[in-house]
Amino acid sequence: MTTSPLTAGLGLKPQHFDAALACKAAGLWFEVHPENYLMDGGPRLAWLQAIREHHPVALHGVSMSLAGLDAPDPLHLRKLAQLVSRIEPVLVSEHLAWSRIGGHYLPDLLPVPRTNDTLARLADNISRTQDVLQRRIALENPSHYLHMEQHSWSEPDFLRELVRRTGCGLLVDVNNVHVSACNLGTDAHHYLDQLPFDDILEIHLAGHSADASLPGLLVDSHDAPVAAAVWELYAHLLARTGERPTLIERDGNVPAFDVLLAERNMAGTLLHPAAATHEEQAA
Amino acid sequence: MNAPDHRYYASFLQALLNGQSDDPGVAALIAQPAFAIYRNTVFKGCVDALLANYPAVHRLVGSPWMESAAQAFAREHLPQEASLICYGAGFADFLATLEAARELPYLPGVATLDRCWTEAHLAADDPLLDVSALHTALAAGQDIRLVPHAASRWHHDPQHPVYAIWSINRSDADDTEIAPEWQGEGALLTRPHGQVQWQPLSAGAARFLDACRDGCGIASAAGQALAREPGLEIGTMLGQLIQADAFTSFH
Repeated sequence: MTTSPLTAGLGLKPQHFDAALACKAAGLWFEVHPENYLMDGGPRLAWLQAIREHHPVALHGVSMSLAGLDAPDPLHLRKLAQLVSRIEPVLVSEHLAWSRIGGHYLPDLLPVPRTNDTLARLADNISRTQDVLQRRIALENPSHYLHMEQHSWSEPDFLRELVRRTGCGLLVDVNNVHVSACNLGTDAHHYLDQLPFDDILEIHLAGHSADASLPGLLVDSHDAPVAAAVWELYAHLLARTGERPTLIERDGNVPAFDVLLAERNMAGTLLHPAAATHEEQAA
Repeated sequence: MNAPDHRYYASFLQALLNGQSDDPGVAALIAQPAFAIYRNTVFKGCVDALLANYPAVHRLVGSPWMESAAQAFAREHLPQEASLICYGAGFADFLATLEAARELPYLPGVATLDRCWTEAHLAADDPLLDVSALHTALAAGQDIRLVPHAASRWHHDPQHPVYAIWSINRSDADDTEIAPEWQGEGALLTRPHGQVQWQPLSAGAARFLDACRDGCGIASAAGQALAREPGLEIGTMLGQLIQADAFTSFH
C-alpha cells in the first residue's frame, strides 16, 4: 500500500488487472463501480481486494438513485456498507440522478427537476447514506441532454445547498460540465466558477462523442481520450481549487493500460506543474 | 412526497417504455430529440448485460437475434437489482416462449447453463468439505446429509445434449460445429480454486444433488438417483462429486 497522497487515478478495467496490480506509479489510485462487487464472495471480490492491497481504491456508485422518489434500497445500502468495510475506500461517491422506481432499476443516470422538493429528498437520501456508511460521500454533477423548464435552482446553487444541508462533498465531472454546456448552450467556465471549491473532493475527466443521429448533441460516452476543451476547463478549475484527486474514466474503446496511464500522467502534470518541471530538469 | 413529483417519475418511466406521457412536463422532454439518449442508454444497459451474461446463447444465435431477444426480455423484465452482473434470471424461460426459438429447442437448456455459470461465479465463499471426516462418517454407516457448496450449480436436460452444445460455445474454439449424440445431457458447475469449472452430469447424479439440496439423507438421495438412472454406480458418482468440490459440509 502506497502512502503518497492521491494524485491522478484511473477507472479500473478487468482487462487491465495484471498491469494495474503491478504498476508502481507514485500516487496512482483506482476507482470502481461498487455495483460490480456487491457479491458475498468469489473471484471478483478477491480481485478487488488484491488491487486494494497495492493501491488506494475509490467506490463510485451509479445506482443509488439518490434523486429518486424512494429512500435508498436498504439491502443495497447494507451491501455497500459491507464493501466499504472490506475495501476501506479512499473516497465514496454517487450521482445527482435517479434510476430506481417501483422496484425497477433503470441502468442510467436519469435527470430530475431541481426543485425544493427534490432538494429535500436528496438531502434526506444523502444523509441516510452517509449515516449508514459512516462517512462523507461526494455527489457528482450529471451530464445534461434536455432543457427542463421545471428547474427552480441553478445546478451550482443546488449543489452548494446540498453540501450545506448534509455535509457531503462534491465530485466535479469536468467532462459532464462541458457536455452539458454544449448541449444546453450554457457557459462551462461560469458554471465552474460558482462551485463551492473547498467542498470539491474529487474531479473526473473523460472523453465524449458526438451523437451519430442527433447533430450538435454531445454524449458523455467515456469512449475516447479527454478532449482539449475539457483539459482547458480542468486547468481552469484547478487554478481555483488547488490540487484535487483526479480520475480518468474510460468505458468504451478501452486502450492498453499504458495508454491510459499516459493520459493519467497528463492529469498529474497539470495537478503538479512544479513537480513535473522539477522531474524534467532532473531528467 | 407531493403528487406532481410522483407523476414526474412515473411519467418518465412510461416515456422510456412507450414514448408517451400525459404529464405536460415530461411531454415537453419527450418532444426533444435528445430524450432518445435516455431511452437508448437504459435499454442498451440491459441488452449489454444480457449479452455478457449469456455468452453461449449469444454465440449460438448471433448478435442480431440475441439483441432482439434481449431487448424484448428487458421490456418485460426490467432489472430489479442494481448489479447488472446478475441480471437475466428467467431469460431461459423467456426464450422457451419465443416463437423465433422454436427451431432451437435446446436454447433454454443452454441459457440455463449460462445462468448456472453466473450464479456459480458470484456465489459466497463456502468452506471446502472435510473429506476425511466424511469418509469416517460413511464408514461408520451414518445416514448423513451432504450440503452442496454455495457455488455448486447443476442442470440436466432430459431431451437435448446441452452439455456438448453449451461447453463448445463457452470455449475459445473457433469451430463450434459439433455432432453430439442426440440425447439428454447435464452439467455440474463448481468453483474450486476461485474459478468456475464444469463437467458432464448424468440424470441420476443431478437427481442426487437435487435431493441433497432439498435436505434428504444420503441413503434417500441415492435411492432417488437410482430410480432416475438404474445401474448408476453410486460410489463412483459420489467420488466424482466430491472431487469436483460440489459439497461444502455434511451433518
